[in-house]
Amino acid sequence: MREKKLYRIITFAKTTDAFAFEKKSMAEKLPGRIIPLPVKISAGCGLAWRMTEEEYKNYRNQITGYEGIYTLEM
Amino acid sequence: MIYFDNAATTLRKPQCVKKAVYEALDTMGNPSRGAHKPSLDASRLVYDTRVRLGELLGISDPSEIAFTLNATDALNMAVNIAVNKGEHVITTECEHNSVLRPLYASGAELTVIKADDIGNINYDDIEKSIRENTKAVFINHASNVTGNVTDIERISEITRKYNLLLVVDAAQTAGHIPISAEALGVDILCFTGHKALMAPQGTGGIYVRKGIDIRPMRTGGSGIHSFDKKHPSAMPEALEAGTLNCHGITGLNAALQYIEKTGIENIYEREKALSRRFIDGIANIKGIKIYGDINAQTRVPVVTVNIDGMTSDELCDRLYTEYGICTRAGAHCAPLMHKALGTDKIGAVRFSFSHFNSENETDEGIRALRGLAEI
Repeated sequence: MREKKLYRIITFAKTTDAFAFEKKSMAEKLPGRIIPLPVKISAGCGLAWRMTEEEYKNYRNQITGYEGIYTLEM
Repeated sequence: MIYFDNAATTLRKPQCVKKAVYEALDTMGNPSRGAHKPSLDASRLVYDTRVRLGELLGISDPSEIAFTLNATDALNMAVNIAVNKGEHVITTECEHNSVLRPLYASGAELTVIKADDIGNINYDDIEKSIRENTKAVFINHASNVTGNVTDIERISEITRKYNLLLVVDAAQTAGHIPISAEALGVDILCFTGHKALMAPQGTGGIYVRKGIDIRPMRTGGSGIHSFDKKHPSAMPEALEAGTLNCHGITGLNAALQYIEKTGIENIYEREKALSRRFIDGIANIKGIKIYGDINAQTRVPVVTVNIDGMTSDELCDRLYTEYGICTRAGAHCAPLMHKALGTDKIGAVRFSFSHFNSENETDEGIRALRGLAEI
């Protein structure tokens, strides 16, 4: 079984926003990656961005264009 | 064979387009539906194509562009969004059936602005036609019959003044002429991928300005809000029910990169030079009639002609069978334009150029017309 960790899940209103975010993340070297939206979260887009709690703390000011940010153990 | 039917579809695509589509058939997943590499690669490609289209068409938010099957598909959506039964819409005799037929079917009250015998409209007629219930002006950016280009800026002044929607059919200009949709005050812009944008058939798009209520024409899978009974109303998903033509969009993406690299101005200058060479070469042929405002500074590379004593179908067929030249005869799906030009009974033969055409091919076209006219 995968060891559970605490993550920040960034959600988006639509798919275009998710990929705009990914493009910005690549340009600004933000950590994390696109994952399927966890079923516990409700959001417009079926894709979300996942980063660790620590990564989130370091980069929180650069996170824009999202619908919601959640903390989830997964 | 010499291909002068580029206003119907560009036959010769850049090599990079063919390569991109071929490779995509092996690698491309379903965009917006998964988080694995093939799906993410497809989604990234789709997003990047929206961004590139936005740059080419003067649209700052790529999510305001939805992909469609072609310009006809986009124009049907535009009518569905912009027009309600009983509202008044202004359009022109220059339009293609892809605008006229959806408008006829919409139940809107229509005013069709007249075109003169070289296919130009009087812009003042638009303002004079406005009524209390006027909702929108539907206009093409260039005629597929005459090649005349419409002054969108001038029409935009009117639509802004009276708070009307300006819907532009850019089927014949996207890829030929730079367009600044937002700066020009265009509310809805419809375009196709397979003509001057040199992408595969089955690609196209629609831009809908933020703030306009979207009425989806088709509903279904959207990749978002899956538990809602109603299809999402936000762009672009509102107009993109079902799986996108990602293989085609890959080709469109490659074509846009080609246009960026080559420069749309360079492409246009070359096409303009070829069509000017053609017009100058045929102008003094006995019995030839050239339609449209052929001395206008800005035109798309379309030259439509007839030869005295010959129907357009005969001329077109002889060009192909005797000279191997592909052109388009008939009404070009623009019945009112042909009525205005006086060619509704005989049709006309359209030559349309690509920057891939050569001077030699153009001269062959001139020689063929001279040969057929002088027999």
